[in-house]
Amino acid sequence: MNIPTGLKYTENDEWIQVEDNIGTVGITDYAQEQLSDVVFVEIIADEGDTLEKGGTCATVESVKAAADVYMPVGGKIVSINDVELPDSPELINTDPYGAAWMLKIELSDSSELDELLDADAYKNFCEEREQ
Amino acid sequence: MYSPHTDADRQAMLKTIGVESIEKLFECLPKENLFPDLDLPAGLTELDMLTELEGIAWANDTTQELLSFLGAGAYNHYIPAVVDAILQRGEFYTAYTPYQPEISQGTLQAIFEYQSMVAGLTGMEVSNASHYDGATAVAEAVNMAYHVFRGKRPKVILSPSLHPHYLQTIQTYTDGSDIQLVAHDQTNEISSDPDWLLPLIDDSISLIVVGYPDFFGRVYDYTEMARVAHDSGALIAVTVNPLSLGLLKPPGEFGADIVTGEGQPLGIPLSFGGPYLGLFATRQEYVRKMAGRLAGETVDNRGQRAYVLTLTAREQHIRRDRATSNICTNQGLMALAATVYMSLLGKHGLRQVAELCYHKAHYAARIITSIPGYQLWSTAPFFNEFVVECFLPAEEVNRQLLERNIIAGYDLGQNYPDLKNHLLVAVTEMNTKEDIDTFMEALSEVEDD
Repeated sequence: MNIPTGLKYTENDEWIQVEDNIGTVGITDYAQEQLSDVVFVEIIADEGDTLEKGGTCATVESVKAAADVYMPVGGKIVSINDVELPDSPELINTDPYGAAWMLKIELSDSSELDELLDADAYKNFCEEREQ
Repeated sequence: MYSPHTDADRQAMLKTIGVESIEKLFECLPKENLFPDLDLPAGLTELDMLTELEGIAWANDTTQELLSFLGAGAYNHYIPAVVDAILQRGEFYTAYTPYQPEISQGTLQAIFEYQSMVAGLTGMEVSNASHYDGATAVAEAVNMAYHVFRGKRPKVILSPSLHPHYLQTIQTYTDGSDIQLVAHDQTNEISSDPDWLLPLIDDSISLIVVGYPDFFGRVYDYTEMARVAHDSGALIAVTVNPLSLGLLKPPGEFGADIVTGEGQPLGIPLSFGGPYLGLFATRQEYVRKMAGRLAGETVDNRGQRAYVLTLTAREQHIRRDRATSNICTNQGLMALAATVYMSLLGKHGLRQVAELCYHKAHYAARIITSIPGYQLWSTAPFFNEFVVECFLPAEEVNRQLLERNIIAGYDLGQNYPDLKNHLLVAVTEMNTKEDIDTFMEALSEVEDD
C-alpha cells in the first residue's frame, strides 16, 4: 500500500497536497484497491465553484461499486482534471497520486488541514480497517 | 404454484427462535387485533368460482365485440399469433428482469435486441431495458434531466398537450422534490402551435417535454424547438407512439435528447390498461444518468458471444441516494412481446402497418367531416388520431353510438371542460373501410333530443 509522506489524508480516503495555498486532491492507493477496476470518473464540481469541506466534488465508479469523493478541506475550485482523467479512468488504479489528480482548490481556511491525517496516521487507519 | 409452510416447517422455525407456539410469538400484540373474524363468505368450489368469474368477465365490453375508435394512448392493433406463442414459452415466461442475470442468456439477448430495435426506431444511441409504461418512462426522463444538470436547472417545461395521465404521473414522481414543473397546467394553450413554449426556455430549464404525436394526435416538427432548447443548454424529450415512427421521422433526427413512449401498440393487448411497456432511449453521453436496467453484448472467456447487465453502478442498489431513480427492473415480458412483434414485422412491415393506420385515419377524418355537425378541431398534420368537434356533447355521441355497438372515441370533456363537444377518434388497421363507413353512418344519425 503506497502512502506517500508529505500529503494529508482523510478517513474517506482522499489525499490533498498543498503548495502555496493551492491544494491538489485525489483518492488514495488504498481507495483504488478497494474499488478495483475504475471504469468511470465524473468531476461534479465546476471551476469557480466554492465548496465546503465534506462537499461532494466527484464520483468514481468501478466494476463493483460507486463512490463519492468529498472535499478534504473547503475552497474554491481553480482547476479540474477534465482532459485526461474522464477518458482514462484507469489512471486512478495505475497512478492515484499523480496523473489521476481530480481537482485543484484554493484553500478557504488552511487551518482545516490540521484536522486531516498525516501519512503515518492514515497508514494506521487503513491497517485498523483491514483487521 | 404457491406452497405455504407446513406445520413441520413452522415447528422447526419456532424451535430455532425458542418460542413455544405461534400464539406465544404474537402475544405482545393487542388481543382485540389478533386473529380477527373476517366477515368473508365460505369458500367456493373450483366450478362455482369459475362460473362467478366468467359472469364478471362477460360484463365487459371488448374490442372483439364492439367497433372501436377509442385510442387516447392505447390502441387496438392486430397481434400476430407468434407473439403469444413465444411469450408463453416457459424459458421466457416471467414479468421480471433477471436477478441472476448471466445464467439467463436468452432473456438478456432478447432485452439486448429489444434495446437495439428501440434505439433504431427512435433514432437514439441507447435504450434501456424498458419501464412499466409510457407514463413512468416520461417521468424518468424528467428525473434524468434534473440529474444531468445536478439540480442546477430545476425547471421542466411540460407541454399541456401531453397525455393527461402522463402529466399526473410526472407530478406524482416529482412531488416533494426540487423539480419545478412549468406550463403543464396552461390548458388554454392546447390549441396553440407548440412554439408558444419557446419563450419559456431559459437557463433555469433542464428539459422540455413534448408529444409526437401529442395527446390530440397532432404531429409537429420540433426541429426549431430542439435548436432553441440546445442554444440555452436545455434538453428536449419527445414522447412517441412507437408505431407512428414506422412512418414519421425519428426524433433523433430532429435533435431529441430523450425519447420515451408507450410500447403497447407493438404487440401488446389492450387488457383494460395494462401491463404495458415504457420505452426509454437517449444519447450515449447521458447513459450514466439513465434509469433502469441495461443489457450489453460482450464475449466470454472462451471468446463466445455473451450478454450481461451492464453499467449497473448507475442503479440504486449501488449508487444509493445519488441514483437517478429507484427503478432497478424492467417490464420483461412486455418488452419481449414488442421484440417479437418488431422482429416479425421488420422495418417494412412496421411501415406498412403505420401507413394503413395513417390512410384509414385520414379516410375516416375526411368522411366524418363531410357530415353536417362534425368538423376537425385542428388543421395540424396527424398520424392515426384526430379530434372531431361535434354538434352536441361527446358524452351524448358516445352514448348513442354505444347503443349501436360502436365506441366512438374518447370524450375530451373528461379532462378539458372547454372540449366537452370534442371526441378524440383513433383508427387502426383493425378498422376496415366498412367499419369506418358504418361509423360515419351512425354519426350522421345521432339525434339531438
